[in-house]
Order: sequence, then structure tokens, then C-alpha cells
Amino acid sequence: MLLPVQWLKDYIKTDKTARELADGLTLSGSHVESIYSLNKGVENVVLGKIVSIENHPNADKLVICKVDIGEKEVQIVTGAKNFSQGDCVPVALEGTILPGDIVIEKTDFRGVESNGMLCSLKELGYNDNVISKENKDGIFVFNEEFELGSDVADILGLNNEVIELEITPNRPDCLSIIGMAKEASATFNIPVEEPEISISHEEDHISNYLEGIEVESDNCNRYYAKVIKDVKIQESPLWLQRKLMEAGMRPINNIVDITNYVMLEYGEPLHAFDVSKLEGRKIIVRQAKEGETLVTLDNAERKLIDSDLVIADENNPIALAGVMGGLDSEITSETTAVLFEGANFNPKSVRLTAKRYNLRSEASNRFEKGIDPNLASLAVDRCCQLVELIGAGVVVGSSIDVYKEKNEKKTIALRPDRANKLLGLNLSVEKMLDYLNSLGLESVLEEDLIRSTIPTYRLDLDIEADLVEEIGRLYGFHNIESKPLTGVLTRGHKPYEKIIEDQSKSILSGLGYNEVMTYSFISPKAYNKINLPEDSKLRDYIKLINPLGEDYSVMRTTLIPTMMELLSRNYNRGVEIVYAYEIGNTFKPNKDSVDNLPSEEKVLSIGFYGEGDFYSLKETIEILLNRLGIYGTEYIREENNSTFHPGRTAKLLLDGYELGTLGEIHMDVCENYDIKERVYIAQLDFDKIVELTNFEKKYKTLPKYPAMNRDLAVIVDEEVLYGDIKNIVLKHGEELVENVEIFDIYRGNQIPEGKKSIAFSIIYRSYERTLTDNEVNQIQQAIISDLENNLDAKLRS
Amino acid sequence: MKERLREIEELALNRLKDIDDLKELDDLRVKVLGKKGELTAILRDMGKLSAEERPIMGQVANEVRSKIEEGIQSRKDYLSNKEKKAKLEKEKIDITISSNTKILGHRHPLLATIDELEDLFISMGFDVILGPEIETVDNNFDALNSPENHPARDLSDTFYITEDTLLRTHTSPVQIRAMRELGAPLKMVSAGRTFRFDDVDDTHSPMFHQLEGLVVDENISMANLIHTLDIFIKELFGKDMKTRYRPHHFPFTEPSAEVDVSCIKCRGEGCPACNFTGWSMELLGCGMVHPQVLENCGIDSEKYTGFAFGMGIDRITMVKHGINDIRLLFENDNRFLQQF
Repeated sequence: MLLPVQWLKDYIKTDKTARELADGLTLSGSHVESIYSLNKGVENVVLGKIVSIENHPNADKLVICKVDIGEKEVQIVTGAKNFSQGDCVPVALEGTILPGDIVIEKTDFRGVESNGMLCSLKELGYNDNVISKENKDGIFVFNEEFELGSDVADILGLNNEVIELEITPNRPDCLSIIGMAKEASATFNIPVEEPEISISHEEDHISNYLEGIEVESDNCNRYYAKVIKDVKIQESPLWLQRKLMEAGMRPINNIVDITNYVMLEYGEPLHAFDVSKLEGRKIIVRQAKEGETLVTLDNAERKLIDSDLVIADENNPIALAGVMGGLDSEITSETTAVLFEGANFNPKSVRLTAKRYNLRSEASNRFEKGIDPNLASLAVDRCCQLVELIGAGVVVGSSIDVYKEKNEKKTIALRPDRANKLLGLNLSVEKMLDYLNSLGLESVLEEDLIRSTIPTYRLDLDIEADLVEEIGRLYGFHNIESKPLTGVLTRGHKPYEKIIEDQSKSILSGLGYNEVMTYSFISPKAYNKINLPEDSKLRDYIKLINPLGEDYSVMRTTLIPTMMELLSRNYNRGVEIVYAYEIGNTFKPNKDSVDNLPSEEKVLSIGFYGEGDFYSLKETIEILLNRLGIYGTEYIREENNSTFHPGRTAKLLLDGYELGTLGEIHMDVCENYDIKERVYIAQLDFDKIVELTNFEKKYKTLPKYPAMNRDLAVIVDEEVLYGDIKNIVLKHGEELVENVEIFDIYRGNQIPEGKKSIAFSIIYRSYERTLTDNEVNQIQQAIISDLENNLDAKLRS
Repeated sequence: MKERLREIEELALNRLKDIDDLKELDDLRVKVLGKKGELTAILRDMGKLSAEERPIMGQVANEVRSKIEEGIQSRKDYLSNKEKKAKLEKEKIDITISSNTKILGHRHPLLATIDELEDLFISMGFDVILGPEIETVDNNFDALNSPENHPARDLSDTFYITEDTLLRTHTSPVQIRAMRELGAPLKMVSAGRTFRFDDVDDTHSPMFHQLEGLVVDENISMANLIHTLDIFIKELFGKDMKTRYRPHHFPFTEPSAEVDVSCIKCRGEGCPACNFTGWSMELLGCGMVHPQVLENCGIDSEKYTGFAFGMGIDRITMVKHGINDIRLLFENDNRFLQQF
């Protein structure tokens, strides 16, 4: 919302500066986003009259003008030709600086001296979108008389300031100059002076122009109309055009400008129809019929649907109600009789239609927030008054008003102590009454209650708390003295799962992994990219009804695709090594849920490339789990997961429960993501990890007796897993084996094809005594024969 | 004999001065004081002396011995110090070289900010409560007093799963859940992922993050709200930060306010970043919980009042670290992550 300060001051008398007004309004609830003027500080642009126009002797496209600027005549060479002798135009004299830092200097145009520049509105700082069609090209020509040599900045208000406001959706009444004048009045305690609306002369009768108005649809609560005859369509006077332009609207012609002026002034969008175009001399407000079309003012043919509210004549729709008029009934230079429409349409209906056709306008923006229906007649009458004022036509007697549900004033009761309690203040009742009355809410004290009568334009006020806000904002939230919370001392808690999450993140940080964060929604194509079989249950995903494109259209059931994506992005940007993890949700349909919500499961996703292998990934997981007090994991080979390398992937089990998968990503999948490196990824069920975490740590006596270390090397088939060997060692060693550690795998010289040598060391220790060679040798012997018998192992000497 | 002893002493002490390594020093010790050494040889002749002379000579001999021993020891100390010094000198390294073998991972700046904020509120007695990303329309809109006709409910603003379920557009539904499950009094914050139908650009992302807080109790006032948020903002951005509470509108609070904080860059002086206003605008939204919202959650709005506040974590993270493009938060470029 643009608020021209000069216009505002038509209704409140104040000499406050734009900055002072802006600061005050911001703190009382109308947030000021910026203050600007068209062309702050432009000097030396004066009004001049074209005395003569001659062709340039050496240039076909240029003319030489003599311009009378009051005290003298100046010679100016220009390329524009849209003016004639006797026209008054803005003249930028030598030394002027125009917007865009254009400095006007004495210039020689092919042998002819030019002492200034004739200006267009754009050159004077106006935005293209507020310049009327007539003034779009060429030099601006004044349509009124002013003294020659007067300052054009003054005439055009180039230095006037405009305040740009953010109006909250609950206050459509503030989308108007008068609405803001009322706010300013309450904020600064200055009385507001609203225009007195009166029509001095009416003749003829509306029934001679209009048969009637039928409001068939419930989406229109009021339709008020008056007719103007003997209309002379022309440019509006400069003051009117100027105000529209300052408020961000483009002047069109006197009738349309009046409707826009009153909309800006009162906040009621209005429309003007050419009466001669109304077939059957009827206005019907109805829902569109499926298949009907309407060519709107922007010259686009709209196919209507039955949820569109339209204004129609006897045969066809002539406007999209509250959104945009139709081209056929548009005001043109031939128009002689005009119907002013002041209506009240259903906000939702206007909003949906405006949105469907992508036609957000000043009108629809106001209607969709809700408007006081009482404004409809007031605004149309104000239009008639302006018609008289600028002599645009003659007001026809009487009006037609269809008003279904009248908006009556209501009263709201307020307990003063409740207001003080909510705000944390100690205001007197008198002060509260002052604030409420200054906003135009007639308020009186009845016993212990304040009763406020709410003006009908304040559609936002309904309950006691609403009045508390009005009092609070006029007192100023920024003036409320802060008070600490009192009451029972409590301590804040973090959910247990968050604590485990924090711990896990610290551990993974310590291991060199960076934390990453990816979107909860992914592309369904990702499931093909990670080579998931068609029947995989991970493909049972939840779809969005209205995704922002396919890439964000389904809720992820696995974190592998987003991990692959970010690894790929890094890889392709030339990052050599990436270690990453994410703890995030996956989403699964849940048929048993009471509120139709799916289940959300937390997953820990770990991934890396550039350094490390399967074993580093496994080590990461072991360190993490052990630190969280989770022991006894089992890794079994996973050959049938098509995302992963069949020989380098494991399922992680704990007491038979599947905790996750880890391994090297299949080269096909890496290709799909353009990664030419080995990638390792693990996916772990984090909810289960939280459940299994055990922070309880019990002290175990430090060993008093020495350990015994025995190394063994055995030759076994390639197929034999170290895990099988280790299990045999542990079986025979029982409590006496403190640790088993592999230290070498060897293939090649002296080892037959298809075999490998595994070397490992066994550490024996008892907590009760010093072990003897003899007993350790016995265990060693048992281990060796078991390895020989069951794994076909050969001891390597 | 006495002369001979003194001669040995003088000779030994003189030679000590020229000895430059420990091996030579030990040789000298053996040569003079060893079993077959010069001094020992003379002492062997002591038996030949008279009973009167013997103690006198013995004393002299002891003196000589200890003098030489002292000499050797002090030369030894001198030499070993010299040797250590030489070693230290020789072992000098270039301390400007770094090894870069130990790598510590980095927290994501946004998630770290959430943790920081949560910890701050925990220290002020707030409970952290979690909620799902997919929510019911009721929890996300209806119970929060959002008008039936509110544009935020449109398919062009909110991602829907079904007619009744959606991707939460704010973290407020967690407050609804908490009020319904736990009732009053309540003091909580909730942070997490939120979603809105926004195309990706440098300031928008269809997924972003919020943290919201709620206090419901008897006698909770706007003055309490201001006190709580002031503490929080000063803790987060620094003691010199000022706040400004401006009236605003939210469907779920009445009165409602927006909070401006001194511009993080210029600390309120006015700079291009704050459009010369000195304020970082709209960092938080807050207000007194709308009585209808309390009633929707089964809380007696006459007995209890409450305040609520909410903020965009993405924006706060960006302001805090001077990040100018929100996409960086979701790209996970290693070179970005390693800066935090």
C-alpha cells in the first residue's frame, strides 16, 4: 500500500515529516517498509511555453524550439515531435541533474546550440507503469495553465514523499488513505477530517437507463448503482492524475480515474460500465455458466467456470465481479452514460477467481480481504461528487441498491483488569477509553465494563482480546516494561531421543564426518537411480498432491538417494574427499493410524568417498554403537541388495533384529550419479539405536595378572570368513581370551590358488591368576584342531 | 709422598680442563682413581709409612681423591649439559608446517543453530518437544484459528498429502499437540522442518526450519513475553542488541507482534544491510495466545493465558554467519560445511 504523504494531509492537519509519520505508524501497527519521493531535490526544471518550432538545417530528425520560460527565451534542440506551438512543457535548464544522474549541459547539435532539455514524465522520475498512454511517448504537455517559469517540481509534486506500508490481512480498511488517516489520527492524537459527501445537482431518473439489478448469487451481498449522463470522456485534471500516480496507479480517463481515486481514498473498489453496452438494460449478478466466455479489459478471452461470480447483462457476462471488467462494456471516448458500481462480493469467491486467472488487481486484493458493505453506497456517491467537481457529466437522479445482509454496528465488552493482566500493564480506565475512542470505537464505562461500539468498517474486531490489542498497540508494545516470568521453578527437558542424537553427532564429528541436511521429499525417479527392484517395499512411498515439480514429489523412504546426490554434487565440483552423515526421517504409509498420518522413522545415513573402505565404514558404526553402549552386533553378508556391491555389503544384526545395511555402492548406481569413485554408505535404524542405547557404565577391576600373546597363521579357502575363525577361537578360549585381532591376509607366493593365509593374534588373560604355558597351549591346540577339522585350515609354519 | 699426591691432583685437574667427551673423562677416572690407578698405587705404599705419618697422609690422600672426584663430576655435568644442548639445537624443526592428519567433522550450521537455541531455552526452563513433519489439517490450521478462507491453506501455498493431511507449514502444530496432551501449565519450544510451496531461489526454499515456543500458565502477560524474548535475543546475538516490538497480525495470537532486532551488521547504526533503519526486520513473530486456540485445546482461556513466539531458523542462521543464499544450506557442499 502506497501512502502519499500530501494526500494523507488532506485529512489530518499536521506538519509532521514523512519520517515522523512513518515511525509512529510503524509502532502502532502499520509497518512502514520504505519512504521515497519521485525525484528528491530536482531543481531548475521550469515550465516553458513553445514559442516556435523550426526544422534543424542539418538533421532531419531534430527540431529547434524557442521556449519562453518567463524571464527569457531559450533555444532547445529536441527529437520529440508530440507538441505544438503554444504548448506548455517541462524544461530542464543547464545544470539540472535528472534521475539516472543525467546532467543537462549546453550542447551543440550539429551546429545548433541547445540550452536545455524538454522532458517526458519518465525523465522526471515517474515509473513507466503509472504513466498514462497519452503521456507514454514524448514530452509531457501540461493540460492546464501555469505561470511561465514556475518550478515543475512543485507543479508535479516531484518532491512529495510516499510511504510504502505493509498492511496486515486483517486490516483491509487500512488499504485506503482515509483508513490510514484514521490510524494516524489515533496514533498522533490529531482529529481526522473526512470529506463531506454531497451531490449538488441531479436530474432525470435512473429507471430511464436501467431496468433493474438482479442479484442471483449468494456471493454478492450488496450492489449499489448510480448513473451519470452527458459524460465527456477526457483526461483528468492534473491534480487528480498526480494523486493517482503518486499512489501507484496509471491515469486512464476522467471516469475511470474517479473510480480509482475513490478506491484509493476509501478502500472500496468500484467499477464503471458504459450504460449503452448493457443489453436488455439490465445488471444481473450471478455465477458464470460453464462454457461462457468473457474478454477482459486486458484483451484476454477467459473461459469461465461456475465458481466465477460475474456481472452480466441480459445475455452475457460483462465483468468478473471484483476482479476485472469486460472489454465490451469498457468506458471509451464514445461513452456518454456511465453506471458506477459499488458492490460487496464474497472474499473467497473473488480470491479464487483472481487466482485462477492470475489476475490479482488493486480491486481483488481489497475484496478478498473483506470490505464493509456500507462503503459501497458511500463510495459511489463520492464518485458522483467528483464527477460534478471536475465536470465530467451530470448525475442522474435516484439509485438502485440491493443490500441483503446489512452490516450493523456491534458492541464488545472489555474488562479493564483483564486488559491490564494480558498486557502486563496498569492503565487507568480513562486511558483505555481514550485509546478506544481515538480509534473511533465509541466506548463508555458501564459499571466495571467498558462497552465499545465498533464502526462497521472494523471487520477485524470481534472479541475482548481484539480490544486489548487496540489498547496495547496505541500504548505501544515497545513501551511495555518487561517483567520476568514468575511461579514454580521448573527445569527444561530435552527428549531422550534428542540426547542420543546429540551424542551420535558428537561421535561422528569426532570421526571426521560432516553433518548434512537434505530435503524430505525426493523424485520417484531416484528409486530407479539407486537400482531398487520394482517390487521393493521402499517403493511404497507417499505422494504429494501438489508437488513443486517431480523432483520434490514423493516423501522419501530411504536416505540413500539424497546422500548419493550430495556426494555426486561434491564429486562433480571437484571435492576430493567427503565424509557425511545425516539423521533424518523416512515416511511410510500407516493403515492403522487414527489420524491418517503416516509413520515417520528416523534413519542414520552415513556416506563417504575419496578415502576409506568397507572396513572404515564398519569401524565407524562399531565405534558409534559401542560408545552408545550397544554391543554384540553381527554382520552377515548381503548379496541381493541391488543398490550395493554384492561382495562388499553386510546386513547389521543385533539379537536377530535388522539394524541396517552397510557397504560399497554398486558401480551401476555410482554411474547413475556420475561418480567415478568407490562410494560407501550405511543406513541404520536410528529409532532402534535410541531404544538400544545404554549409557550405564560399570567399573571392571583392572587386570592384575599378565597377558599372554599367541600369534597364529592359517591357510584357508577364499570362502572362509575371518568371522568364522574368530568364533572358533572364542568358543575354545571362553573367558580366557581377552581379544582376537587379525593382522594380515596374504595371497600369493607359497599359498595355493584359491586360498589365503590369515594371521591373527590371540591375547589370553585371567583376572584371577597368572596363566601357565601349559593351559594356554592346550587351548591353542584345541583351536587349531577345530580350525583344521571344520574350516579345512592348514597351520602355516 | 705428600708431594706425589699433590702432583697427581694437579696433573689430573689440569688434564680435566682439556677433556671434551665423556668417554675420555671415564678413561681419566680409571687411570687415576681406578683399582690400578695412580692414586690407588700410591695408597698401596701407605703401609710403609710410620704410624704417626699414616693418618696425616691418609687425610691428604682422601682430600686429593675427593678433589679429583669433584673435578670429574663437575666436568661430567658440564659435558653432558653441553651434549644435551647440542642435541636440542640439532633437533630444531620448522614449526610453521602442519600435519593435517586428524580431521574433525563439522556440524551443519543450521542444525547447530537449532541446538544452540534449544539449549538456551532449556536453560530457561522450557521443555523441547518434537512433532511429525506430516500433520493433520486440524493441527496445522483449524485448531490454530486459521480462517477457513485463508490463502495459506491453498494448494498453491501448502503441500498436501491428502485432503486432511499435509506437510506442516510451521512448527505450531506441535504446540497444539502439546496443549492437548499435556494441558496447562506448559512451557515448551519445538524446532524442525517446515514446508511451503515456494520455488527455490536465494531467499526461498520449499523446506525450511522454524523454532516456536509457548508458555501457558495463570497470569501470563505480554510483559512476560517481552522479558523472555529479550533475554533470548541478547543471549543469541549479544548484550548490546536492542529489540523493538511492533503490532502485527497472526490468526493464532491476539495481541500479535513482530520483533525487530538491532541490525546484526551495524548493531543499530544504520547500514546498507538494514536499509539504514538500524533494524533487522521481522526476525520473530509473537503474541498472546488467542483464547479460541486455548479453548480448541481444552484449556480454560479464562483461567489461563499464554504467549507464543516463532522464528525462522534459516534466516537466523544466515544472519548469524553472513550467508547470503539459502540454497547453500541445502546443497551440502563440503567446502561450505567445513567453514562452521
